[in-house]
Amino acid sequence: MDLQELLEMGKQERDRQDLKQTRIRCCTAAGCLSSGAAAVKNSLEAAVTVANLEDSVEVCGVGCLRFCGRGALVEIDPHRILYEEVTAENAPAIISALSGEERNQEGLPVQGDRQHPFFALQMPIVLENSGKIDPERIEEYIAVGGYQQLHHVLMEMTPQEVIEEIAKSGLRGRGGGGYPTGLKWATVAKMPKGQKYVVCNADEGDPGAFMDRSVLESDPHRILEGMAIAGYAVGANYGYIYVRAEYPLAIKRLEKAIQQAKKYELLGSQIFDSTFDFKIDIRVGAGAFVCGEETALIASIEGKRGNPRPRPPYPAESGLWECPTLINNVETLANIVPIIREGSDWYASIGTENSKGTKVFALTGKVCNTGLIEVPMGTTVRQIVEEMGGGVPDSGTVKAVQTGGPSGGCIPAEFFDTPVDYESLLKLGTMMGSGGAIVMDENTSMVEIARFYMEFCRGESCGKCVPCRAGTVQLYELLSKFLDQQATHADLEKLKALSYMVKETSLCGLGISAPNPILSTLRYFSEEYEELIQQDSLNGKVTV
Amino acid sequence: MSVRTLTIDGQPVAIAEGATILEAAKEAGIHIPTLCFLEGVSAVAACRMCLVEVEGISKLLPACVTQVAEEMVVHTNTPKLQEYRRMTVELLFAEGNHVCSICVANGNCELQDAAIKVGMDHTRFPYRFPNRSVDVSHPQFGIDHNRCILCTRCVRVCDEIEGAHVWDVAQRGTAAYIVSGLNQPWGEVDACTSCGKCVDACPTGAIFRKGTTTAEKQRDRAKLEFLVNAREKHEWTR
Repeated sequence: MDLQELLEMGKQERDRQDLKQTRIRCCTAAGCLSSGAAAVKNSLEAAVTVANLEDSVEVCGVGCLRFCGRGALVEIDPHRILYEEVTAENAPAIISALSGEERNQEGLPVQGDRQHPFFALQMPIVLENSGKIDPERIEEYIAVGGYQQLHHVLMEMTPQEVIEEIAKSGLRGRGGGGYPTGLKWATVAKMPKGQKYVVCNADEGDPGAFMDRSVLESDPHRILEGMAIAGYAVGANYGYIYVRAEYPLAIKRLEKAIQQAKKYELLGSQIFDSTFDFKIDIRVGAGAFVCGEETALIASIEGKRGNPRPRPPYPAESGLWECPTLINNVETLANIVPIIREGSDWYASIGTENSKGTKVFALTGKVCNTGLIEVPMGTTVRQIVEEMGGGVPDSGTVKAVQTGGPSGGCIPAEFFDTPVDYESLLKLGTMMGSGGAIVMDENTSMVEIARFYMEFCRGESCGKCVPCRAGTVQLYELLSKFLDQQATHADLEKLKALSYMVKETSLCGLGISAPNPILSTLRYFSEEYEELIQQDSLNGKVTV
Repeated sequence: MSVRTLTIDGQPVAIAEGATILEAAKEAGIHIPTLCFLEGVSAVAACRMCLVEVEGISKLLPACVTQVAEEMVVHTNTPKLQEYRRMTVELLFAEGNHVCSICVANGNCELQDAAIKVGMDHTRFPYRFPNRSVDVSHPQFGIDHNRCILCTRCVRVCDEIEGAHVWDVAQRGTAAYIVSGLNQPWGEVDACTSCGKCVDACPTGAIFRKGTTTAEKQRDRAKLEFLVNAREKHEWTR
């Protein structure tokens, strides 16, 4: 395929869409599908047939429409009417309301407020196509400009220029660590010529996080294009997407996307008749949280037990089969296309001084509006939780928000005016993480939360190093002792000492960050631990 | 070959480039405790006993895999390291069922030695008393999982020196255990050559020769080193 054909294909698809007056977009991401979106789409299609509107109305399945807590979601173009909690029974009413006259008729689902801060404060860059295009049709991706940046990069930029552009944009790894992406690319590119790999880390496993899943399900070609650009920049001709088995829909759509891209020669040999070859394969993880850690992920792709190994050597130097390997998270790779398209200056103008661009969060927990949000870096926690999330349901009060999953920590309500960026969150004792944000209300026991995460880490430890394997077990038992009101002050000291020991001596990120939920809750909610300490019944004195 | 000079516990050391801190310390006569490390097989840095402090680096580094660098200043025995090492040993004792009085390796056990060395007279953590099995299906050897500390020395010695790869790790976290073959009883594993290298490699009494009673286990650890040298340096006499 050449550029002319690519542009022609996009034009044809846009013309096809323009023929229809109305486009009914049904969210077919995993969240809405579990709320019956497949049936909604079918009955909408049937209702269109019954009403004889096939010529003017198109029903299509799209990626995530964000407001996951109110699925199934349906959006009507061009009016941008959003219907929430749609059921199959609503379909005839939705179709008959298209004429505009019977907006208040019975059987019509609740209409979402597009002006609500939940939508209004968002800034879609990663999610710009999410909910707009059908992720299963490459034509729709091409219609919104897809694969043009790959062409641009291959034809008009040197690998060095691509890396400089990414470096200048200020993009940092969205997997949680925040390592400068341009620097990572430059390191791999500087390794001697030879076999190199690009790996997309799609092993999102944090409890409460679903950003990567949504991106993969909503816009898979975006990841493929980003990976190909990365491959060109670092000198790799092979890419792997390591995706967890728990994401069957994402896997299916990725497979389909790879097939389509191969068919149109946008992946494979001599892409756009250049000298650049790039192939992508999927590797499905068997469901171990530790396989999100890059060295364990590499071992897993190689067909070995998913155990981490000490770094250095870093994967950039010695990764897959000891070849230089670039590993980037899904969201990081999803940022590449817009950076190339709009330029690094544009990207660097968004966000804060040291954290550029936007961040996708999966907002869940005790919050009115749960769903996917993408906000510029620097948005305050309060804006996210209270304005966008709408606070706690039934006018409860927000106590804290947990970010960064098991590796992160809690941000108590008094620090909600903190802007969200890598450094500010670290200062608060938590981290950006991959982007899960779990809101907790005043009824939440923080010790209970700490134990929940410790239970998770205990179960997910690979068992290789002693502090993580045996330490997390003892930490869990200690927390249980508190919750059973059997703990003493000595146990509190033991809890702290063991937390630091596990944190400082573990081999990989899982163990190093496992005690974070304890340390963070101890930092802000130590009185909750104190309250659970057993009182000496004899003289009212506290047992030490 | 170029040489690096560094300081370990205040003592200047010169050693070949590419050597690890552990090797440098050994040469200087400074003992760093280890459990999973075994001369001759690959280092995995799993037991975390050999962690050391390096000035200018906030993380603790495993001496067995960290290469020396010019002017590196290493501390191997700070109060913090002593505390963490002791805790590591305590965690190991609490995790398995280690009863020295009835163990074949009593008096000849690296875990026991480590406990004495770090001054562990009791463990602060409650014993887990896991329900683990003993496999004596092999005609000459046996494996008692109660005494296993998952150092994976048997796994590596069998894979890297004998080339049989009988052993591996199954499950994860606290449920992880050593398996033979495809999780078969050891006696049924065709790949096993009955060479006994795993017995020599095991730091505790977990893998033992049958017929050995309490405190009788002896190892020929030098045999493993001899084999590696024979293969790599063609030194065929002991």
